[in-house]
Amino acid sequence: MAESALAGRVRTARPPRREALSVGAALAVLEYCARVYRRNWRGTMFMTFFSPVLFLGAMGFGLGGYVDASAEGGGSAIGGVIGVASYAAFLAPGLLAATCMQTGAFEATYPIMGRIVWDKVYHAMLATPITVRDIIAGQVGWFAIRLTIVASGYFVVMLAFGLIHGGPLAILVVPVGVLTGLCFATLIAAFAATQRSDNGFSVIFRFLITPIFLFSGTFFPIEQLPEVLRPVALVTPTYHGVALTRDLTLGTAQAGPAVVHLAFLLVVVVVGLAACSITFRRALVK
Amino acid sequence: MSGVPDSSLIHARGLTKRFAAFTAVDAIDFDVAPGEAFGFLGPNGAGKTSTMRMIGCVSPVTDGVLRVLGLDPVADGPRIRARIGVVPQSNTLDMELTVRENLVIYGRYFDLSHGEAGRRADELLEFVQLDERGRDRVEPLSGGMKRRLTIARALINEPDLLLLDEPTTGLDPQARHLLWDRLYRLKQRGVTLVLTTHYMDEAEQLCDRLVVMDKARIVADGSPRELIDRYSTREVTELRFAPGVQDSLDGSLDGLAERIEWLPDRVLLYADDGEAVAVAAHERGLQPETVLVRRSTLEDVFLRLTGRSLVE
Repeated sequence: MAESALAGRVRTARPPRREALSVGAALAVLEYCARVYRRNWRGTMFMTFFSPVLFLGAMGFGLGGYVDASAEGGGSAIGGVIGVASYAAFLAPGLLAATCMQTGAFEATYPIMGRIVWDKVYHAMLATPITVRDIIAGQVGWFAIRLTIVASGYFVVMLAFGLIHGGPLAILVVPVGVLTGLCFATLIAAFAATQRSDNGFSVIFRFLITPIFLFSGTFFPIEQLPEVLRPVALVTPTYHGVALTRDLTLGTAQAGPAVVHLAFLLVVVVVGLAACSITFRRALVK
Repeated sequence: MSGVPDSSLIHARGLTKRFAAFTAVDAIDFDVAPGEAFGFLGPNGAGKTSTMRMIGCVSPVTDGVLRVLGLDPVADGPRIRARIGVVPQSNTLDMELTVRENLVIYGRYFDLSHGEAGRRADELLEFVQLDERGRDRVEPLSGGMKRRLTIARALINEPDLLLLDEPTTGLDPQARHLLWDRLYRLKQRGVTLVLTTHYMDEAEQLCDRLVVMDKARIVADGSPRELIDRYSTREVTELRFAPGVQDSLDGSLDGLAERIEWLPDRVLLYADDGEAVAVAAHERGLQPETVLVRRSTLEDVFLRLTGRSLVE
Protein backbone atom coordinates (compact mmCIF):
# COMPACT_ATOMS: atom_id res chain seq x y z
CA MET A 1 0.00 0.00 0.00
CA ALA A 2 2.76 2.38 1.05
CA GLU A 3 4.67 1.24 -1.98
CA SER A 4 1.91 2.06 -4.41
CA ALA A 5 1.36 5.44 -2.77
CA LEU A 6 5.02 6.18 -3.29
CA ALA A 7 4.85 5.00 -6.89
CA GLY A 8 1.96 7.40 -7.37
CA ARG A 9 3.97 10.28 -6.04
CA VAL A 10 6.92 9.49 -8.26
CA ARG A 11 4.64 9.33 -11.26
CA THR A 12 3.09 12.71 -10.44
CA ALA A 13 6.47 14.34 -9.96
CA ARG A 14 7.73 13.10 -13.33
CA PRO A 15 8.35 16.14 -15.54
CA PRO A 16 6.09 16.33 -18.57
CA ARG A 17 7.75 15.16 -21.74
CA ARG A 18 8.65 17.79 -24.26
CA GLU A 19 6.06 17.62 -26.93
CA ALA A 20 7.18 17.94 -30.51
CA LEU A 21 6.27 20.96 -32.57
CA SER A 22 4.47 20.12 -35.78
CA VAL A 23 4.84 22.68 -38.56
CA GLY A 24 1.64 21.55 -40.24
CA ALA A 25 -0.32 21.91 -37.01
CA ALA A 26 1.15 25.35 -36.31
CA LEU A 27 0.22 26.44 -39.83
CA ALA A 28 -3.35 25.23 -39.24
CA VAL A 29 -3.52 27.44 -36.14
CA LEU A 30 -2.13 30.34 -38.17
CA GLU A 31 -4.75 29.64 -40.85
CA TYR A 32 -7.44 29.85 -38.18
CA CYS A 33 -6.19 33.31 -37.12
CA ALA A 34 -6.10 34.42 -40.75
CA ARG A 35 -9.69 33.23 -41.28
CA VAL A 36 -10.88 35.24 -38.30
CA TYR A 37 -8.92 38.26 -39.53
CA ARG A 38 -10.43 37.94 -43.00
CA ARG A 39 -13.85 38.65 -41.53
CA ASN A 40 -12.89 42.23 -40.73
CA TRP A 41 -9.75 42.91 -42.70
CA ARG A 42 -11.18 45.89 -44.59
CA GLY A 43 -11.46 47.96 -41.44
CA THR A 44 -7.96 47.17 -40.27
CA MET A 45 -6.40 47.67 -43.72
CA PHE A 46 -7.93 51.14 -43.81
CA MET A 47 -6.39 51.88 -40.42
CA THR A 48 -3.05 50.45 -41.54
CA PHE A 49 -2.63 53.26 -44.10
CA PHE A 50 -4.86 55.92 -42.63
CA SER A 51 -3.23 55.97 -39.21
CA PRO A 52 0.31 56.75 -40.49
CA VAL A 53 -1.03 59.44 -42.81
CA LEU A 54 -2.95 60.97 -39.93
CA PHE A 55 -0.11 60.81 -37.43
CA LEU A 56 2.59 61.96 -39.83
CA GLY A 57 0.34 64.73 -41.11
CA ALA A 58 -0.46 66.12 -37.67
CA MET A 59 2.66 65.37 -35.68
CA GLY A 60 5.28 65.09 -38.39
CA PHE A 61 4.35 67.98 -40.64
CA GLY A 62 2.03 70.05 -38.45
CA LEU A 63 3.91 70.01 -35.19
CA GLY A 64 7.13 69.20 -37.04
CA GLY A 65 6.89 72.32 -39.19
CA TYR A 66 6.63 74.36 -36.03
CA VAL A 67 9.61 72.56 -34.45
CA ASP A 68 11.73 72.91 -37.58
CA ALA A 69 10.87 76.62 -37.98
CA SER A 70 12.03 77.36 -34.45
CA ALA A 71 15.44 75.88 -35.19
CA GLU A 72 18.20 78.32 -35.95
CA GLY A 73 19.83 78.19 -39.34
CA GLY A 74 17.49 75.64 -40.94
CA GLY A 75 17.19 71.91 -40.26
CA SER A 76 15.28 70.66 -37.27
CA ALA A 77 15.63 71.66 -33.65
CA ILE A 78 15.73 67.97 -32.82
CA GLY A 79 17.60 67.45 -36.01
CA GLY A 80 20.11 69.90 -34.59
CA VAL A 81 20.90 67.35 -31.93
CA ILE A 82 21.38 64.38 -34.21
CA GLY A 83 21.61 65.86 -37.66
CA VAL A 84 18.24 65.20 -39.29
CA ALA A 85 16.62 66.94 -42.24
CA SER A 86 13.21 67.37 -40.61
CA TYR A 87 11.21 66.49 -37.53
CA ALA A 88 8.92 64.36 -39.70
CA ALA A 89 11.88 62.26 -40.83
CA PHE A 90 12.90 61.90 -37.18
CA LEU A 91 9.41 60.99 -36.02
CA ALA A 92 8.20 58.60 -38.74
CA PRO A 93 10.45 55.59 -38.01
CA GLY A 94 9.74 55.99 -34.29
CA LEU A 95 6.03 55.93 -34.97
CA LEU A 96 6.45 52.81 -37.06
CA ALA A 97 8.08 50.95 -34.17
CA ALA A 98 5.68 52.37 -31.57
CA THR A 99 2.65 51.47 -33.67
CA CYS A 100 3.97 47.92 -33.98
CA MET A 101 4.18 47.88 -30.19
CA GLN A 102 0.54 48.96 -29.90
CA THR A 103 -0.69 46.49 -32.50
CA GLY A 104 1.28 43.67 -30.91
CA ALA A 105 -0.06 44.55 -27.48
CA PHE A 106 -3.64 44.74 -28.66
CA GLU A 107 -3.56 41.50 -30.66
CA ALA A 108 -2.23 39.73 -27.57
CA THR A 109 -4.93 40.87 -25.14
CA TYR A 110 -8.61 40.32 -25.97
CA PRO A 111 -8.13 37.79 -28.78
CA ILE A 112 -5.91 35.56 -26.63
CA MET A 113 -8.00 35.70 -23.49
CA GLY A 114 -11.17 35.24 -25.55
CA ARG A 115 -9.83 32.06 -27.08
CA ILE A 116 -9.01 30.72 -23.64
CA VAL A 117 -11.89 32.00 -21.50
CA TRP A 118 -14.78 33.03 -23.76
CA ASP A 119 -15.01 30.86 -26.89
CA LYS A 120 -12.55 28.22 -25.67
CA VAL A 121 -11.25 27.96 -29.22
CA TYR A 122 -7.86 26.74 -28.02
CA HIS A 123 -9.53 24.00 -26.00
CA ALA A 124 -11.27 22.85 -29.16
CA MET A 125 -7.91 22.79 -30.95
CA LEU A 126 -6.33 20.74 -28.19
CA ALA A 127 -8.91 17.99 -28.68
CA THR A 128 -7.24 17.42 -32.08
CA PRO A 129 -3.59 16.44 -32.71
CA ILE A 130 -2.64 20.09 -32.11
CA THR A 131 -0.47 20.71 -29.03
CA VAL A 132 0.05 23.76 -26.82
CA ARG A 133 3.35 24.36 -28.62
CA ASP A 134 1.60 24.36 -31.98
CA ILE A 135 -0.92 26.88 -30.68
CA ILE A 136 1.80 29.23 -29.47
CA ALA A 137 3.81 28.84 -32.66
CA GLY A 138 0.80 29.42 -34.91
CA GLN A 139 -0.49 32.31 -32.87
CA VAL A 140 2.89 34.06 -32.71
CA GLY A 141 3.35 33.37 -36.42
CA TRP A 142 0.09 35.20 -36.97
CA PHE A 143 1.26 38.12 -34.78
CA ALA A 144 4.28 38.36 -37.08
CA ILE A 145 2.14 38.47 -40.22
CA ARG A 146 -0.21 41.03 -38.73
CA LEU A 147 2.77 43.19 -37.68
CA THR A 148 4.33 42.84 -41.12
CA ILE A 149 1.17 44.31 -42.61
CA VAL A 150 1.23 47.25 -40.19
CA ALA A 151 4.97 47.94 -40.57
CA SER A 152 4.77 47.67 -44.37
CA GLY A 153 1.88 50.12 -44.41
CA TYR A 154 3.96 52.62 -42.48
CA PHE A 155 6.94 52.06 -44.72
CA VAL A 156 4.91 52.70 -47.87
CA VAL A 157 3.49 55.91 -46.43
CA MET A 158 6.98 57.05 -45.40
CA LEU A 159 8.23 56.38 -48.91
CA ALA A 160 5.34 58.38 -50.34
CA PHE A 161 6.12 61.30 -48.03
CA GLY A 162 9.82 61.16 -48.92
CA LEU A 163 10.87 60.33 -45.38
CA ILE A 164 13.28 57.50 -46.22
CA HIS A 165 16.90 58.62 -46.33
CA GLY A 166 18.68 55.39 -45.57
CA GLY A 167 18.97 53.71 -48.96
CA PRO A 168 17.82 50.14 -49.71
CA LEU A 169 18.69 48.92 -46.20
CA ALA A 170 15.83 51.05 -44.92
CA ILE A 171 13.43 48.25 -45.87
CA LEU A 172 14.77 46.45 -42.78
CA VAL A 173 12.58 48.72 -40.65
CA VAL A 174 9.78 46.28 -41.44
CA PRO A 175 11.35 43.24 -39.71
CA VAL A 176 12.64 45.45 -36.89
CA GLY A 177 9.14 46.81 -36.39
CA VAL A 178 7.79 43.27 -36.39
CA LEU A 179 10.34 42.24 -33.79
CA THR A 180 9.45 45.24 -31.61
CA GLY A 181 5.79 44.29 -31.83
CA LEU A 182 6.54 40.66 -31.03
CA CYS A 183 8.32 41.65 -27.81
CA PHE A 184 5.05 43.04 -26.52
CA ALA A 185 2.79 40.49 -28.20
CA THR A 186 4.55 37.50 -26.65
CA LEU A 187 4.90 38.98 -23.17
CA ILE A 188 1.34 40.29 -23.08
CA ALA A 189 -0.08 37.07 -24.55
CA ALA A 190 1.64 35.23 -21.70
CA PHE A 191 -0.04 37.65 -19.29
CA ALA A 192 -3.42 37.37 -21.05
CA ALA A 193 -3.34 33.60 -20.58
CA THR A 194 -3.33 34.14 -16.82
CA GLN A 195 -6.41 36.41 -16.86
CA ARG A 196 -10.01 35.36 -16.28
CA SER A 197 -11.46 38.77 -17.17
CA ASP A 198 -10.35 41.76 -19.25
CA ASN A 199 -9.85 44.13 -16.29
CA GLY A 200 -6.09 43.76 -16.36
CA PHE A 201 -5.80 44.92 -19.96
CA SER A 202 -6.84 48.52 -19.37
CA VAL A 203 -4.18 48.70 -16.66
CA ILE A 204 -1.58 47.48 -19.16
CA PHE A 205 -2.58 50.02 -21.77
CA ARG A 206 -2.89 52.91 -19.32
CA PHE A 207 0.21 52.34 -17.22
CA LEU A 208 2.51 50.51 -19.61
CA ILE A 209 1.78 50.98 -23.30
CA THR A 210 0.83 54.66 -23.24
CA PRO A 211 3.84 55.84 -21.18
CA ILE A 212 6.19 53.75 -23.27
CA PHE A 213 4.61 55.14 -26.43
CA LEU A 214 5.24 58.69 -25.22
CA PHE A 215 8.62 58.37 -23.50
CA SER A 216 10.71 55.81 -25.38
CA GLY A 217 12.28 58.15 -27.87
CA THR A 218 9.45 58.14 -30.38
CA PHE A 219 8.65 61.85 -30.17
CA PHE A 220 11.92 63.20 -28.75
CA PRO A 221 15.36 61.75 -27.92
CA ILE A 222 15.46 60.11 -24.49
CA GLU A 223 18.32 62.48 -23.62
CA GLN A 224 15.53 64.99 -22.99
CA LEU A 225 14.18 62.82 -20.17
CA PRO A 226 15.12 63.54 -16.55
CA GLU A 227 18.26 61.60 -15.78
CA VAL A 228 16.54 59.16 -13.40
CA LEU A 229 14.08 58.06 -16.09
CA ARG A 230 16.61 57.39 -18.85
CA PRO A 231 17.60 53.90 -17.62
CA VAL A 232 13.88 53.02 -17.53
CA ALA A 233 13.49 54.00 -21.18
CA LEU A 234 16.64 52.04 -22.05
CA VAL A 235 15.18 48.73 -20.91
CA THR A 236 11.99 49.04 -22.97
CA PRO A 237 11.97 47.11 -26.27
CA THR A 238 10.38 50.18 -27.85
CA TYR A 239 13.47 52.30 -27.21
CA HIS A 240 15.63 49.77 -29.04
CA GLY A 241 13.11 49.30 -31.82
CA VAL A 242 12.75 53.07 -32.31
CA ALA A 243 16.50 53.65 -32.23
CA LEU A 244 17.13 50.95 -34.81
CA THR A 245 14.31 51.89 -37.18
CA ARG A 246 15.43 55.51 -36.98
CA ASP A 247 19.03 54.65 -37.79
CA LEU A 248 17.83 52.59 -40.74
CA THR A 249 15.61 55.23 -42.32
CA LEU A 250 18.01 58.11 -41.64
CA GLY A 251 20.96 56.12 -42.92
CA THR A 252 22.87 56.50 -39.65
CA ALA A 253 22.99 52.80 -38.72
CA GLN A 254 26.26 51.45 -37.30
CA ALA A 255 26.99 47.78 -36.81
CA GLY A 256 27.78 47.92 -33.07
CA PRO A 257 24.66 49.65 -31.76
CA ALA A 258 22.50 47.85 -34.33
CA VAL A 259 23.61 44.47 -33.02
CA VAL A 260 22.92 45.55 -29.42
CA HIS A 261 19.41 46.76 -30.32
CA LEU A 262 18.66 43.61 -32.30
CA ALA A 263 19.99 41.31 -29.59
CA PHE A 264 17.90 43.08 -26.97
CA LEU A 265 14.73 42.64 -29.04
CA LEU A 266 15.48 38.99 -29.77
CA VAL A 267 16.13 38.20 -26.11
CA VAL A 268 12.82 39.77 -25.09
CA VAL A 269 10.97 37.73 -27.73
CA VAL A 270 12.60 34.53 -26.50
CA VAL A 271 11.67 35.40 -22.91
CA GLY A 272 8.13 36.16 -24.07
CA LEU A 273 7.84 32.81 -25.85
CA ALA A 274 9.11 30.98 -22.78
CA ALA A 275 6.56 32.83 -20.65
CA CYS A 276 3.79 31.88 -23.11
CA SER A 277 4.88 28.28 -22.92
CA ILE A 278 4.38 28.33 -19.14
CA THR A 279 1.15 30.32 -18.85
CA PHE A 280 -0.61 28.80 -21.89
CA ARG A 281 0.06 25.33 -20.53
CA ARG A 282 -1.25 26.33 -17.09
CA ALA A 283 -4.39 27.78 -18.60
CA LEU A 284 -5.09 24.99 -21.08
CA VAL A 285 -3.81 21.73 -19.59
CA LYS A 286 -5.49 20.77 -16.33
CA MET B 1 1.26 -3.67 -21.82
CA SER B 2 0.56 -7.12 -20.44
CA GLY B 3 -2.88 -7.45 -18.94
CA VAL B 4 -4.45 -5.12 -21.50
CA PRO B 5 -7.07 -7.05 -23.43
CA ASP B 6 -6.32 -6.76 -27.13
CA SER B 7 -9.95 -6.08 -27.81
CA SER B 8 -10.08 -3.10 -25.45
CA LEU B 9 -10.41 0.33 -27.07
CA ILE B 10 -10.06 2.02 -23.71
CA HIS B 11 -8.42 0.33 -20.76
CA ALA B 12 -8.24 1.93 -17.32
CA ARG B 13 -6.91 0.53 -14.05
CA GLY B 14 -6.69 2.59 -10.89
CA LEU B 15 -7.25 5.69 -13.03
CA THR B 16 -6.95 8.74 -10.80
CA LYS B 17 -7.19 12.49 -11.27
CA ARG B 18 -6.30 14.90 -8.50
CA PHE B 19 -6.41 18.70 -8.54
CA ALA B 20 -4.20 19.74 -5.62
CA ALA B 21 -5.94 18.26 -2.58
CA PHE B 22 -9.18 17.46 -4.43
CA THR B 23 -9.60 13.99 -5.90
CA ALA B 24 -11.88 14.19 -8.94
CA VAL B 25 -11.46 10.59 -10.06
CA ASP B 26 -10.47 8.00 -7.48
CA ALA B 27 -8.80 4.84 -8.81
CA ILE B 28 -11.46 3.64 -11.24
CA ASP B 29 -11.24 0.54 -13.46
CA PHE B 30 -13.09 0.03 -16.73
CA ASP B 31 -12.73 -1.29 -20.26
CA VAL B 32 -14.55 -0.22 -23.40
CA ALA B 33 -14.78 -2.64 -26.33
CA PRO B 34 -14.82 -1.59 -29.99
CA GLY B 35 -18.25 -0.79 -31.37
CA GLU B 36 -19.74 -0.43 -27.92
CA ALA B 37 -21.79 2.47 -26.62
CA PHE B 38 -20.47 3.02 -23.13
CA GLY B 39 -21.84 5.48 -20.60
CA PHE B 40 -20.73 7.24 -17.46
CA LEU B 41 -23.85 7.97 -15.45
CA GLY B 42 -23.71 10.15 -12.38
CA PRO B 43 -24.64 13.49 -10.83
CA ASN B 44 -22.68 16.70 -11.43
CA GLY B 45 -19.28 16.55 -9.78
CA ALA B 46 -19.07 12.75 -9.82
CA GLY B 47 -15.89 12.81 -11.91
CA LYS B 48 -17.39 12.03 -15.33
CA THR B 49 -15.92 15.00 -17.17
CA SER B 50 -12.48 14.58 -15.60
CA THR B 51 -12.50 10.96 -16.77
CA MET B 52 -13.53 11.99 -20.28
CA ARG B 53 -10.80 14.63 -20.46
CA MET B 54 -8.19 12.05 -19.50
CA ILE B 55 -9.49 9.66 -22.19
CA GLY B 56 -9.40 12.56 -24.67
CA CYS B 57 -5.71 13.08 -23.81
CA VAL B 58 -6.17 16.72 -22.86
CA SER B 59 -5.85 16.22 -19.11
CA PRO B 60 -2.79 14.42 -17.71
CA VAL B 61 -3.44 11.27 -15.69
CA THR B 62 -2.40 11.74 -12.05
CA ASP B 63 -2.04 8.06 -11.31
CA GLY B 64 -2.99 4.63 -12.60
CA VAL B 65 -2.98 3.07 -16.04
CA LEU B 66 -4.81 4.41 -19.08
CA ARG B 67 -4.57 3.08 -22.62
CA VAL B 68 -6.62 4.57 -25.41
CA LEU B 69 -6.65 2.74 -28.76
CA GLY B 70 -3.82 0.68 -27.28
CA LEU B 71 -1.61 3.77 -26.87
CA ASP B 72 -0.31 5.72 -23.89
CA PRO B 73 -1.77 9.25 -23.65
CA VAL B 74 1.47 10.61 -22.17
CA ALA B 75 3.66 9.49 -25.06
CA ASP B 76 1.13 9.48 -27.89
CA GLY B 77 -1.40 12.23 -27.14
CA PRO B 78 -1.46 13.70 -30.66
CA ARG B 79 -1.59 10.25 -32.30
CA ILE B 80 -4.54 9.20 -30.15
CA ARG B 81 -6.34 12.49 -30.63
CA ALA B 82 -5.98 12.09 -34.39
CA ARG B 83 -8.34 9.11 -34.15
CA ILE B 84 -10.95 10.34 -31.69
CA GLY B 85 -13.76 12.86 -31.91
CA VAL B 86 -14.68 15.01 -28.93
CA VAL B 87 -18.00 16.67 -28.13
CA PRO B 88 -17.16 18.73 -25.05
CA GLN B 89 -19.68 19.81 -22.45
CA SER B 90 -19.66 23.39 -23.76
CA ASN B 91 -19.68 23.68 -27.53
CA THR B 92 -16.43 25.68 -28.03
CA LEU B 93 -17.58 26.66 -31.51
CA ASP B 94 -16.06 29.69 -33.16
CA MET B 95 -18.61 32.47 -33.21
CA GLU B 96 -16.55 34.55 -35.64
CA LEU B 97 -16.64 31.93 -38.41
CA THR B 98 -19.51 30.47 -40.43
CA VAL B 99 -21.05 27.09 -39.75
CA ARG B 100 -19.19 25.44 -42.64
CA GLU B 101 -15.94 27.23 -41.85
CA ASN B 102 -16.06 25.84 -38.31
CA LEU B 103 -15.95 22.36 -39.81
CA VAL B 104 -13.36 23.09 -42.51
CA ILE B 105 -10.84 24.70 -40.16
CA TYR B 106 -11.33 21.82 -37.72
CA GLY B 107 -10.50 19.41 -40.52
CA ARG B 108 -7.34 21.41 -41.11
CA TYR B 109 -6.31 20.72 -37.49
CA PHE B 110 -6.35 17.04 -38.49
CA ASP B 111 -4.12 17.84 -41.44
CA LEU B 112 -6.85 17.28 -44.04
CA SER B 113 -6.40 19.14 -47.33
CA HIS B 114 -8.77 22.04 -47.97
CA GLY B 115 -10.58 19.98 -50.60
CA GLU B 116 -11.04 16.97 -48.37
CA ALA B 117 -12.06 19.07 -45.35
CA GLY B 118 -14.62 20.87 -47.51
CA ARG B 119 -16.03 17.65 -48.92
CA ARG B 120 -16.42 16.11 -45.45
CA ALA B 121 -17.89 19.35 -44.09
CA ASP B 122 -20.65 19.26 -46.70
CA GLU B 123 -21.38 15.59 -46.01
CA LEU B 124 -21.51 16.15 -42.27
CA LEU B 125 -23.74 19.22 -42.54
CA GLU B 126 -26.19 17.03 -44.36
CA PHE B 127 -25.84 14.27 -41.77
CA VAL B 128 -26.74 16.64 -38.92
CA GLN B 129 -29.37 18.42 -41.04
CA LEU B 130 -27.60 21.77 -41.13
CA ASP B 131 -26.86 21.87 -44.87
CA GLU B 132 -29.11 24.90 -45.28
CA ARG B 133 -27.14 26.85 -42.68
CA GLY B 134 -23.58 26.35 -43.94
CA ARG B 135 -23.03 30.00 -44.81
CA ASP B 136 -24.60 31.39 -41.64
CA ARG B 137 -22.75 32.57 -38.60
CA VAL B 138 -22.85 30.24 -35.61
CA GLU B 139 -24.21 32.77 -33.12
CA PRO B 140 -27.90 32.78 -34.12
CA LEU B 141 -28.23 28.98 -34.25
CA SER B 142 -30.48 27.31 -31.66
CA GLY B 143 -29.00 25.25 -28.84
CA GLY B 144 -29.89 22.01 -30.62
CA MET B 145 -28.31 23.18 -33.88
CA LYS B 146 -25.10 24.24 -32.14
CA ARG B 147 -24.95 20.85 -30.48
CA ARG B 148 -25.43 19.10 -33.82
CA LEU B 149 -22.71 21.26 -35.35
CA THR B 150 -20.38 20.30 -32.50
CA ILE B 151 -21.10 16.64 -33.19
CA ALA B 152 -20.47 17.15 -36.90
CA ARG B 153 -17.20 18.84 -36.04
CA ALA B 154 -16.18 15.88 -33.87
CA LEU B 155 -16.72 13.58 -36.88
CA ILE B 156 -14.57 15.51 -39.38
CA ASN B 157 -11.61 13.14 -38.84
CA GLU B 158 -13.83 10.05 -39.20
CA PRO B 159 -12.96 8.94 -35.67
CA ASP B 160 -12.88 5.37 -34.37
CA LEU B 161 -13.99 6.64 -30.99
CA LEU B 162 -16.43 9.44 -30.22
CA LEU B 163 -16.42 11.05 -26.76
CA LEU B 164 -19.59 12.92 -25.84
CA ASP B 165 -19.75 14.87 -22.59
CA GLU B 166 -23.40 15.42 -21.72
CA PRO B 167 -24.49 15.53 -25.37
CA THR B 168 -28.08 16.62 -24.76
CA THR B 169 -27.99 18.67 -21.55
CA GLY B 170 -30.14 21.77 -21.94
CA LEU B 171 -31.88 20.63 -25.14
CA ASP B 172 -35.62 20.33 -25.68
CA PRO B 173 -37.07 16.81 -26.17
CA GLN B 174 -37.31 17.13 -29.95
CA ALA B 175 -33.68 18.18 -30.28
CA ARG B 176 -32.64 15.36 -27.97
CA HIS B 177 -34.41 12.73 -30.03
CA LEU B 178 -32.85 13.99 -33.24
CA LEU B 179 -29.42 13.80 -31.61
CA TRP B 180 -30.06 10.32 -30.25
CA ASP B 181 -31.06 9.22 -33.72
CA ARG B 182 -27.80 10.53 -35.22
CA LEU B 183 -25.76 8.89 -32.48
CA TYR B 184 -27.58 5.62 -33.03
CA ARG B 185 -26.71 5.77 -36.75
CA LEU B 186 -23.06 6.33 -35.91
CA LYS B 187 -23.11 3.32 -33.64
CA GLN B 188 -24.61 1.28 -36.49
CA ARG B 189 -21.62 2.31 -38.60
CA GLY B 190 -19.28 0.87 -35.99
CA VAL B 191 -18.18 4.05 -34.23
CA THR B 192 -17.50 3.43 -30.55
CA LEU B 193 -19.41 5.90 -28.39
CA VAL B 194 -18.41 6.93 -24.90
CA LEU B 195 -20.74 9.40 -23.27
CA THR B 196 -21.48 10.97 -19.94
CA THR B 197 -24.93 11.91 -18.88
CA HIS B 198 -27.02 12.57 -15.85
CA TYR B 199 -30.17 11.59 -17.70
CA MET B 200 -31.13 8.01 -17.04
CA ASP B 201 -33.39 7.88 -20.10
CA GLU B 202 -30.45 8.90 -22.28
CA ALA B 203 -28.28 6.20 -20.76
CA GLU B 204 -31.05 3.65 -21.30
CA GLN B 205 -31.58 4.75 -24.89
CA LEU B 206 -27.97 4.87 -25.99
CA CYS B 207 -25.75 2.72 -23.81
CA ASP B 208 -25.00 -0.96 -24.21
CA ARG B 209 -23.11 -0.81 -20.97
CA LEU B 210 -22.52 1.80 -18.36
CA VAL B 211 -20.89 2.57 -15.08
CA VAL B 212 -22.56 4.57 -12.35
CA MET B 213 -20.21 7.13 -10.80
CA ASP B 214 -20.61 8.86 -7.48
CA LYS B 215 -18.08 10.93 -5.56
CA ALA B 216 -15.16 10.12 -7.89
CA ARG B 217 -15.74 6.36 -7.77
CA ILE B 218 -17.54 3.73 -9.81
CA VAL B 219 -20.33 2.29 -7.70
CA ALA B 220 -21.85 -0.14 -10.21
CA ASP B 221 -21.47 -1.33 -13.78
CA GLY B 222 -23.42 -3.39 -16.28
CA SER B 223 -26.03 -2.99 -19.01
CA PRO B 224 -29.01 -0.79 -18.09
CA ARG B 225 -31.19 -3.92 -17.82
CA GLU B 226 -28.68 -5.76 -15.64
CA LEU B 227 -28.35 -2.80 -13.31
CA ILE B 228 -32.08 -2.51 -12.90
CA ASP B 229 -32.44 -6.25 -12.30
CA ARG B 230 -29.61 -6.23 -9.80
CA TYR B 231 -30.44 -3.11 -7.83
CA SER B 232 -34.13 -2.53 -8.30
CA THR B 233 -37.44 -4.31 -8.73
CA ARG B 234 -39.43 -4.58 -11.92
CA GLU B 235 -41.87 -1.86 -10.97
CA VAL B 236 -42.16 1.11 -8.68
CA THR B 237 -45.24 2.60 -7.08
CA GLU B 238 -44.95 6.29 -6.31
CA LEU B 239 -47.28 7.65 -3.64
CA ARG B 240 -47.60 11.39 -3.20
CA PHE B 241 -49.41 12.62 -0.11
CA ALA B 242 -50.85 15.97 0.91
CA PRO B 243 -48.27 18.23 2.61
CA GLY B 244 -47.49 17.03 6.12
CA VAL B 245 -49.24 13.67 5.76
CA GLN B 246 -46.11 11.80 4.71
CA ASP B 247 -44.38 12.49 8.04
CA SER B 248 -47.23 10.93 10.00
CA LEU B 249 -47.24 7.67 8.05
CA ASP B 250 -44.72 6.09 10.40
CA GLY B 251 -44.90 2.33 10.00
CA SER B 252 -48.15 2.16 8.10
CA LEU B 253 -46.40 1.25 4.84
CA ASP B 254 -44.34 -1.55 6.36
CA GLY B 255 -44.42 -4.81 4.43
CA LEU B 256 -46.16 -3.35 1.39
CA ALA B 257 -43.10 -3.64 -0.84
CA GLU B 258 -39.63 -5.18 -1.03
CA ARG B 259 -38.09 -1.82 -0.31
CA ILE B 260 -39.30 1.69 0.45
CA GLU B 261 -37.52 4.97 -0.36
CA TRP B 262 -38.69 8.11 1.39
CA LEU B 263 -38.11 11.20 -0.76
CA PRO B 264 -38.97 14.69 0.49
CA ASP B 265 -42.05 14.93 -1.73
CA ARG B 266 -43.09 11.29 -2.24
CA VAL B 267 -42.66 7.67 -1.19
CA LEU B 268 -41.31 5.05 -3.62
CA LEU B 269 -42.38 1.44 -3.09
CA TYR B 270 -40.32 -1.14 -4.95
CA ALA B 271 -42.05 -4.38 -5.97
CA ASP B 272 -42.42 -6.57 -9.03
CA ASP B 273 -46.14 -5.90 -9.20
CA GLY B 274 -46.75 -2.19 -8.71
CA GLU B 275 -50.53 -2.40 -9.17
CA ALA B 276 -50.82 -4.88 -6.32
CA VAL B 277 -48.90 -2.50 -4.08
CA ALA B 278 -51.23 0.35 -4.99
CA VAL B 279 -54.27 -1.80 -4.20
CA ALA B 280 -52.78 -2.98 -0.92
CA ALA B 281 -52.01 0.58 0.11
CA HIS B 282 -55.59 1.56 -0.64
CA GLU B 283 -56.87 -1.39 1.42
CA ARG B 284 -54.84 -0.16 4.39
CA GLY B 285 -56.85 3.04 4.20
CA LEU B 286 -54.03 5.22 2.95
CA GLN B 287 -55.19 8.16 0.87
CA PRO B 288 -52.36 9.46 -1.30
CA GLU B 289 -53.14 12.44 -3.54
CA THR B 290 -51.60 10.71 -6.54
CA VAL B 291 -50.54 7.15 -7.27
CA LEU B 292 -48.14 6.33 -10.12
CA VAL B 293 -47.09 2.83 -11.09
CA ARG B 294 -44.10 2.72 -13.44
CA ARG B 295 -41.21 0.51 -14.50
CA SER B 296 -37.92 0.79 -12.66
CA THR B 297 -35.32 3.04 -14.25
CA LEU B 298 -31.65 3.77 -13.74
CA GLU B 299 -32.75 6.62 -11.51
CA ASP B 300 -33.98 4.00 -9.04
CA VAL B 301 -30.67 2.18 -9.34
CA PHE B 302 -28.85 5.36 -8.54
CA LEU B 303 -31.15 6.15 -5.63
CA ARG B 304 -30.57 2.67 -4.25
CA LEU B 305 -26.80 2.93 -4.60
CA THR B 306 -26.29 6.44 -3.26
CA GLY B 307 -29.46 7.39 -1.46
CA ARG B 308 -29.73 10.48 -3.66
CA SER B 309 -31.50 11.46 -6.86
CA LEU B 310 -29.44 11.91 -10.03
CA VAL B 311 -30.73 15.32 -11.00
CA GLU B 312 -31.35 17.51 -7.99
